[in-house]
Amino acid sequence: MALPKQSSLPHSSALHTQQQGMHQHTAAEFSVSYTQYLDSQSRVKGQLPDWAQDLDVLEKFYRMMTLTRLFDKKAIALQRTGQMGTYPSCLGQEAIATGLGYAMQATDVLAPYYRDQATQLIRGVKMEEILLYWGGDERGSEYPSGPSQDLPICVPIATQITHAAGIATAMKIRHEKRVAVTTCGDGATSRGDFYEPLNLAGAWQLPMVILVNNNQWAISVPLEIQTASQTIAQKAIAAGIPGEQVDGNDIIAVYERCHQAIERARSGKGPTLIEAITYRLCDHTTADDATRYRPPEALNQAWKIEPIKRLQTYLHNEGYWNEAKEQALISDCEKKINQAVESYLSTPRQSEQDLFDFLFEETPHAMLEQRQHLLDKVAVQKTATQRPSK
Amino acid sequence: MTTILPLQKTLVEAVNLALSHEMRRDESVVILGEDVGVNGGVFRATEGLREEFGVRRVFDTPLAEALIAGIAVGMSTQGLKPVAEIQFMGFIFATVEHIACHASRMRNRTRGRLHCPLVIRAPYGGGIHAPEHHSESTEAMFAHIPGLRVVIPSSPKRAYGLLLSAIRNPDPVLFLEPKRIYRASKQALIDDGESLPLDVCFTLREGSDITLVTWGAMVNDTLKAADQLQQNGIGAEVIDVATIKPLDIETILCSVEKTGRCVIIHEAARSFGVGAEISAQIAERGLFYLKAPIARVTGYDTPMPYYKNEDHYMPSVQDILDSAEQTFDFVRKAS
Ligand SMILES: Cc1ncc(C[n+]2csc(CCOP(=O)(O)OP(=O)(O)O)c2C)c(N)n1
Ligand SMILES: [Mg+2]
Repeated sequence: MALPKQSSLPHSSALHTQQQGMHQHTAAEFSVSYTQYLDSQSRVKGQLPDWAQDLDVLEKFYRMMTLTRLFDKKAIALQRTGQMGTYPSCLGQEAIATGLGYAMQATDVLAPYYRDQATQLIRGVKMEEILLYWGGDERGSEYPSGPSQDLPICVPIATQITHAAGIATAMKIRHEKRVAVTTCGDGATSRGDFYEPLNLAGAWQLPMVILVNNNQWAISVPLEIQTASQTIAQKAIAAGIPGEQVDGNDIIAVYERCHQAIERARSGKGPTLIEAITYRLCDHTTADDATRYRPPEALNQAWKIEPIKRLQTYLHNEGYWNEAKEQALISDCEKKINQAVESYLSTPRQSEQDLFDFLFEETPHAMLEQRQHLLDKVAVQKTATQRPSK
Repeated sequence: MTTILPLQKTLVEAVNLALSHEMRRDESVVILGEDVGVNGGVFRATEGLREEFGVRRVFDTPLAEALIAGIAVGMSTQGLKPVAEIQFMGFIFATVEHIACHASRMRNRTRGRLHCPLVIRAPYGGGIHAPEHHSESTEAMFAHIPGLRVVIPSSPKRAYGLLLSAIRNPDPVLFLEPKRIYRASKQALIDDGESLPLDVCFTLREGSDITLVTWGAMVNDTLKAADQLQQNGIGAEVIDVATIKPLDIETILCSVEKTGRCVIIHEAARSFGVGAEISAQIAERGLFYLKAPIARVTGYDTPMPYYKNEDHYMPSVQDILDSAEQTFDFVRKAS
């Protein structure tokens, strides 16, 4: 797509003559593509990419999406039974995070938002770490055996996109063949922390991919209140970088387009924004009640096009998947999830000094008194609870 | 061995010298901000650095302050040491989310896996007849953020030594440069890479009758006041706080124990300021050292006025003198 340069700007006298029939021409023209390989009926549209002819690969995707959905369900159950704090489900968005995770290389860096469970699992974050994080324990972002450079889950909406631009800047300065990948929601695209790094990525041609999970909602606020833009993808075009849409419930499309974008960035050709269209099938978080604002009909419709069933049906139709395999997969996933839950629940609480000891490399002198105060207070509490009752 | 000769440098030149020294010493130091490249910064703090270190280490960003702070966070997690310039402290507010929610917490929230060795530099303070939003002193807002250091030099030597320490520090530092004294005077400086310690106050002048605690551009005015007090027979000890947070209260307390009197001087608005924190800590730990109430000489709880009224707002040498003399003359009335 060629980007024609803008011709001379209209000024007041030109505007005046315009009314008398001044010549106008199109100064710039753009389009936004939409990619889908498997439609909502699991029918193949057009030609599948070569890699997707390999059903083993699709099975790998299917397994991860299934694991993610079952894990997610368990996490909600833990919250509901008072064993974990507020949790944001990813129900309905599993294909996006899974496709992205497999499209990334281990040496790339992920700056995630909070519905990237599958991407994080693929990158070596453990289920128990995700539970620890939402269970109010900072060690959930320590990833001692996981992706050592990935950022932790980001709660202040969109700020991770700016960090990813910084990470991509570092990679570019050092001529590295790595890519900074970041994700966000549709609501995030209203913030300065979406537009500012997007603009920078274009200006500096950063090795960066931004994947927007357009699930139609930002808590209770529907997309049409966020923006009058016809697509989110086209916001990239204003920054001089390609923006495109994919069917976020079609993992083949998600993987293919993420893979292309990441490899494009890796080869020095610059950033891409991908808008993955999906629907949030869950409440915003466990603290939300979507029945207050989400029309039930829209939800019913969305369930008909959800990603896991779509791939399952395809694998079924190809004669590759059956009920026995499905049952075996579910019990395998449940075993792993139960182990993770057990590990989460049996993780001892952090020691009290950890409140202080990770803030600075060396705790400043001025903080030692506060630190000691906490240690003393906890010591008193401990002896009080150990004292036998009369 | 070549001997390095001392150079006469202003405060802003000392900043420049520290930046170039550290960039030469440490490949991972990069400079970013608005107009820091070819232009060398609107105050010339980064002058010549683009020529010496190239565009990959000294670069102009788009005009977006949240972006500047946010990419500094990202770069620092990759092991770079970004030194970001915010052109004026009045425009720093867009950076606060990245400083308070990310830079100052990254080490803590990843239990030490990632950290943010970054410096954000900003010229701050009034007295140069600048337009609206170019004269603020909002250090207290930042000093309240856990996990952040706030450092303010008050002379060319301290600017050089403290900035070196700030860049070498593995945690985020907000480095505020008092622009009123950017070019006020020169000091002989040796570019030997010797840093000055963070987290400690500097006692600039000893005295046994009263402790004057201050920082930034007010240090010069306070030293002038101390000279005059001396002529009136009052020995004033002058402490430059230098690192606002974490605060070295011991140095201040030791002095107050000796003098029994304390006046805190700052340009920033009065209420909920750094002066309030210092006097609270003195009250908590050294109430009975005091022979007189602690006094504060500060700006008012008003916006920084436009420059024609700036002098009404800024604490003057006379204000410091008056407050110190009142404190010295204080007599406890029998109740
Ligand atoms: C800066 C900021 N403002 C508000 C919030 C509260 N909040 C959390 S999620 C959310 C909606 C985000 O919507 P979207 O970006 O579409 O992502 P989704 O949750 O739908 O995946 C809001 C308002 C926040 N976390 N951060
Ligand atoms: Mg959304």
